[in-house]
This record gives sequence, structure tokens and C-alpha cells, in this order.
Amino acid sequence: MCKNDLNKSIILCGVGGQGTILASRLIATAAMDKDIPIRTAETIGMAQRGGSVFSHLRLGEGTNSPLMGKGEADLIIGFEPGETVRQLPFLKKGGAVVVSSRPVMPVSAMIGKASYDAAQMIEYLKANVTRLTIVDADRAAADLGSAKTLNVVLLGAALRSGELGLDEADLENAIREKVPEKFLELNKKALAWSR
Amino acid sequence: MHKEFLMGNEAIALGALAAGVNLVAGYPGTPSTEVLETIAKRNPGNVYVEWSINEKAGMEVAAGAAYTGARALVTMKQVGLNVASDPLMSLEYIGVKGGMVVLVADDPGPISSQTEQDTRTFGMFSKVPVFDPASVAEAYEMIQEAFEFSSKYKTPVFFRATTRVDHGYEAVEVKDPEEYYVNSYEGFVKDPSRWVIFPRLSVKNHALIEKRNAELKDVFSSYPRNQIVAEPGTAAKPEGAQAQRACRIGIATQGVNFMYTLDSLRGRNVRVLRVATPFPFPEKLALEFMEGLDEVLCIEELDPVIERALTYVCGKYGLSVKIRGKLTGDIPLSGENSMEIVDKAITAFTGEQGERPEQMPDALPQPPALPVRPPVLCAGCPHRASFYAVKCAMKGLKTIYCGDIGCYTLGNAAPLDMCDTCLCMGAGIGIAQGVMHMEPDTKCFAFVGDSTFFASGITGTVNAFYNQADMTLVVLDNSTTAMTGHQPHPGTGRTVMGQAVEKVSIERVLRAIGLTVVETVDPLDHKLSVETVKRVAAEPGVKAIIFRSPCIAVTKPKGRSGVDAAKCIACGKCIRELGCPAIILDSDGKKAKIDTSLCTGCTLCEQICPVKAISGGAKNDTAAGTDPGKGGCHV
Repeated sequence: MCKNDLNKSIILCGVGGQGTILASRLIATAAMDKDIPIRTAETIGMAQRGGSVFSHLRLGEGTNSPLMGKGEADLIIGFEPGETVRQLPFLKKGGAVVVSSRPVMPVSAMIGKASYDAAQMIEYLKANVTRLTIVDADRAAADLGSAKTLNVVLLGAALRSGELGLDEADLENAIREKVPEKFLELNKKALAWSR
Repeated sequence: MHKEFLMGNEAIALGALAAGVNLVAGYPGTPSTEVLETIAKRNPGNVYVEWSINEKAGMEVAAGAAYTGARALVTMKQVGLNVASDPLMSLEYIGVKGGMVVLVADDPGPISSQTEQDTRTFGMFSKVPVFDPASVAEAYEMIQEAFEFSSKYKTPVFFRATTRVDHGYEAVEVKDPEEYYVNSYEGFVKDPSRWVIFPRLSVKNHALIEKRNAELKDVFSSYPRNQIVAEPGTAAKPEGAQAQRACRIGIATQGVNFMYTLDSLRGRNVRVLRVATPFPFPEKLALEFMEGLDEVLCIEELDPVIERALTYVCGKYGLSVKIRGKLTGDIPLSGENSMEIVDKAITAFTGEQGERPEQMPDALPQPPALPVRPPVLCAGCPHRASFYAVKCAMKGLKTIYCGDIGCYTLGNAAPLDMCDTCLCMGAGIGIAQGVMHMEPDTKCFAFVGDSTFFASGITGTVNAFYNQADMTLVVLDNSTTAMTGHQPHPGTGRTVMGQAVEKVSIERVLRAIGLTVVETVDPLDHKLSVETVKRVAAEPGVKAIIFRSPCIAVTKPKGRSGVDAAKCIACGKCIRELGCPAIILDSDGKKAKIDTSLCTGCTLCEQICPVKAISGGAKNDTAAGTDPGKGGCHV
């Protein structure tokens, strides 16, 4: 793919602490290494304390704004079912969604002040997204022996959606640059997990 | 030169270093914090950097440096500018010898602030020129220009960015340290007629400032970042009624809204004015922009600064251009703008639909109820234990819990519900006194964090002691400035430059003020904490409890708690009373279970479990050594 033609708008979303920012950084690093212009905007701050978080990534020269408008995302990488539903209005018609099946229960639901049924969220995504990849986060964690690689597992699934605009080698290089060496093999496995 | 993928605040910091900044001071506050942290991290070795105890102190330190001919940067968030406004208002009358940039991060939304105040308006009020960057890459260049400008005109200047620039990321071409400008300075030269502010000097300098700012309108009119783009009719010859209208309308915008505007136009050919220096306003450029226009839509966030300036220009020069924006209801008066808001406003204004992507939302059915996720105190946060101890100790009594600014504001959430008021840094201590003087039968508590105590809690405490208040001051000492990402403060015994220094003792400060009841307790010892609160709160006058336990982000857990399902009676007390994110319901939906990936082993739940079904935790009892910027998240 000619780098000058590449224009991708990607959203990563989840709950504070799930590793969305590192995943966003890996995509950005991979893009930068290929001289693809990249801009991001993300939630940093108070909302990180267990709140809903998102990153908007714009790859390519076609746009100026770091934030995208509704219906502009080529790809949504959802770390959490409910958060993915929350961001769905940003998806382009025909865009791809990669979502982790594992919910993060909010404290408000635990103390009985609100209800949250993650299965409903997955059903909603199935009904409304044609290009949907559901990542079984529990199985991935069991296979890989770590729940902390969820972000890289999701990136791998995103690669295979074809909407990331990058290939596996690009991301592997980015992981090598950004992640401590002792976790390299584990992350490479995580990246390949959905293959 | 080399390329780096930088956060806006990192780009601003590297730009300041490239401009030869000699001294940087500031107080943490979202979204400004990373500027000073990056300076400290990337310091070539010759820059003095400090986390000041508050913004006023930082402003004064920076001013002193600039009096010597040095280049100084002071960083803060918008509400921090309120604290620093006293020195700044006067400093503008005195001016500087070197260069001085006042970096203020504004927060439309607000995403993590108390107000939606606009530093551009503060620029007008204080007469200090304002630079307003639109992107990360531009911010890197613009801060260097701001320093040039400040040095040339001997005035402090504002560099105000908003969250989307401060916290956006972009690949930026930056200078190598060898390419940095070196600012050598003469030193302070005594001259009372210049440095000592007296009314006679003020009136003289006031006139000079007004004269200079009038000149700056022209200077800024030719500053290339103030620009007119997308001349109508240049891309395609307009045809039809709508196209004719396109020739007679324009959009004036600023900051990241300029980017939203460019992306929203999508084929709609409208003349655009981008204002990079909202004060002093580039009048000549604005006149050129409005030439031949009937209407202008101002797209901006926070105050209608450009809108008012253009309305003024029209009045001044007798132009019949209709200026629209926030004041005419075309742009929301509050909140952050989005692509949708900007696109909608442009569509309404131009009467023309842009080439928008085919949207999902029209086709999307109503989703199921989405989870509500207000920010919560972390699992194992010692603040939870402190609040819970006070709550238990004061059960059944008439109380008010005055909160303050920091992570502990989150004590307001259910189930703790321990923050009745929150206003601004340090205010809880004063508010508790006011309530107490009016309601002597209320047990008045003020909760303040350790960093906030040093920033602005001491004066309030002196006031309480002197004016015979009856209240309990609760200092939540987690040995860091947690909310903004773990900056050091006077109580931590280290500086941002890495020096180990003598700690300022909160106990000794309180005793020096005159308090005789000052008790320090580990909040993770629940029983002792409750007893301490009961005993201390019963004393007359001003008394203090210091809850000391390190933030979980600066310590390593020693153990994790676990629930013995055979013992758990599913009473739900741990979940219902503590609201700890690590305590979840087991798959049976009744018994408690610990999410070990979140649990820090603080043992609070173990201590309150009526059947001792939870065990395995091991609380930390010492504050671990911490590195600035390491661990935890930035807030």
C-alpha cells in the first residue's frame, strides 16, 4: 500500500487501566516508522480512574483534526463490550469492529445503583455490525497465561480486519521499541493469537 | 533536527528548551502537568526546574528569573492562573528583562476542572498578549516565537493551549540539543524606578502598555499564524444562489476549532480567518478578512472572544457585517466543541451540506442501557479507608464534610458519600469555618490532601485557629500529588530535579500554628482510625487528624485478599459500604469475590467483614521512594 494514499481513522475504547493508551502508542509508533502522518487524541486525566476512555487515531494526510466525527471511523478496537457500543456511532458504514468479550463491571452496578448486562451489548454489536470480530478475552488469557496482553491480542485481531493500515511486522517492530524485552515473546504470541 | 511522536505538552516543553529557557516553575494541574515534567526529563542540564508549592509561588519565581534577563516559563492550568493572578496583574505593569512565557492550559468541557474560564479573556483583563496554538506541531514552533516576542517587547506573554492540543499527539520535527538557542543573561541590575511598583510608576507604565498593545494589533496582523485561508471562488467558480452566498460569508476560528473547521468544510468554499493571537486582536487582518462579507460565523470554545472582537471592529469601522457565534446561539455557549457541533453549525450557516461520510447513527437502533462509569477511588486507595473511618465515627451526628481538590474529591461518590462541598484548592478549610460560625451544632470537617495543604491549606488553618473556629482538619497524606500523576511536594523530601531535601512536616506546621491536638494515624487500621476520629472530633477548637498511608500507585502490594466462599454469608457489607472496584460479585451473584488484578491487599474489607471471610492482604506501612512521572496515571 502506498503510504501517501493511506487514510485511516481508528478508535480504541475501554475502561481506564485496560491498556488502551499503550495500544494506541503501538499503532502510532508503527505508523511513524513508516512515515505515515499520525495524530491522536485521548482521554487523560480524572476519567482514567475506572472511567470510560477512548483514543482517536488519524493516520494519513487526509485530515487535520485529531478528533473524528460520527461515522468516520474505519475501525473500532473495543476493550470492553459496553464501551464499544458507546463508541459505535463513530463507525463508518461498512467499518470493522474488534471487541473483547470480557466486561468490566462498574462500581455503580456492584452496589446496585445501576444495571449492566454485557451479553446484551455483544448481541447489539452482532445485530448492527457486519464486520465484527469478537475476541474471547478469557480464552486468550488462558492460552497466553496472562490477562495483561489483551491490548496486543486485540491489535492482532485488528490487523486481520484489514482496516489498521499496517502489517504484522510493523506492529512487531513497534512492540520491540516500546515494550521491555522480557515481554517481547509473550507479546508476539499475543499478536498472533487470533490468527 | 529529528522526528519524535510527542504529546502537545511534550512538544511545548521541547520548544521551550529550544528557545533557551533558563528557569521553569509550575504547579501540577490537568491538562498542563506534562510540560514541566518533560522539561525535567529532557533537561540538557542547565535549566533550573521546580514544582512550586502553588501557582502564585511559581509565577513569582519565574518573574524574578526574568528580572535577571533569563528566559523563564511558568506552567499551570486555567484555575491555577486565578491563584497566580495577583503577581501577574502587577508584573504586566513592571515588565520583564529576559523573556517570560506563562503557559496556561484551558480545559473546554471541562474534562477535569472546576470552571470553563478562558485565558484569552484573562489576557484582555491583564493586558498580557496571548498565543493560542492549533496543533501539537504548531505548538512546538509557537512557544519559541512566544519567547522571542516576550524578550523583544519585555512583557510576559500567555501561551494558552486547550486539552486537545495539550494532550493530543503528533509526530513533530524537533531540534537536537546542540541546536538549542542559548540565552545568556546579564543578571539583575538595581533600578528602583523600574522594579519597584508605586502608583506613579503604574500610571506611567499603564499608558505605555496601552500604547504598545495598540501597536501589537498591527504587528500581529502580519504574524503569519494569524491567517486567512480558503478564499471563496479560488477553487471553483461559484454558481447559483448558494455559491453566491458562499462568496459573502466567512468563518473566524481558533485553536483546535480551526482543524475541526478545515475538516468540516469538505468542499464548502468559505473564507476562513484563523486567529492565533486573540489579544491584542489583529484588527487589520480582520478588516481584510471581512472585506466584501455579509456575515461571519465565529467558531470557538469557552468565551466568545473572537466574536466580541469582530463585533467591536465592525462597530469601530462602521462595517455592516453580521457577526454570529455563541452570542447569537449559533455555537454552544458552554462545553467542548466536536466535529458534529462544528459541522452542524457550518451547515446551518452556509445552507449547504458538506460531503459528510455516510453515517451509522441513522441506522442504529437505541442501544441497551450503557454502563455508567464515573471515576472512582482506586482499589486499595487509603482515602477510602480515611473517609470510611470518619463516616463510621460520626454515624448519627450532624456533620458537614468539606472536600477539596484532588483524588479525594472522588469520596463524594456512593457508597462513601463523604464530600459535601468542593470549590477550589484549599477552600474546604474556609467553608467548614463559615458553616460552623452559622451552625455551631454541626460537626465541621475539612478534608485536604497533602499537596493541597501545602499549596493553599495553611492560610485557611491559621485563619481558623486565630478566629476561634471549632472544626476538625483532616489531612489525607498519601505522600504524593496523586491526581496529577505523582509529583513531589514539600512533604515528600525530594524535588523534581532529583535532590533529596528535608521534608516539611505537616504535624510541625500545624503545631507551629498553635494546634494542640494533632494526631497521625494509618487509615488502613480501621478500628484505631475510628477511635482516633471520635476522640479528636470531641475536642474543642481547631484540631487535626493526619491520615498517613501512601498512594497505591507509588507502592507495591505485599499481598492480595481473597474471599473464603465457605465462610462468606453474602451479606454484601464489603461491597455496599466500601465501593472498592476490586470487590465484585461471585458467579452466583450473591457472595463477594476479589478481583486479584486490582486488589492491593489493603485489608480494609478484611477488617470490616463480620464473619472474617476475607484474608490474605498485607498493607503497606511505609511510603516507598518514588520517581516523578513513574507509576500511576496522569490526571
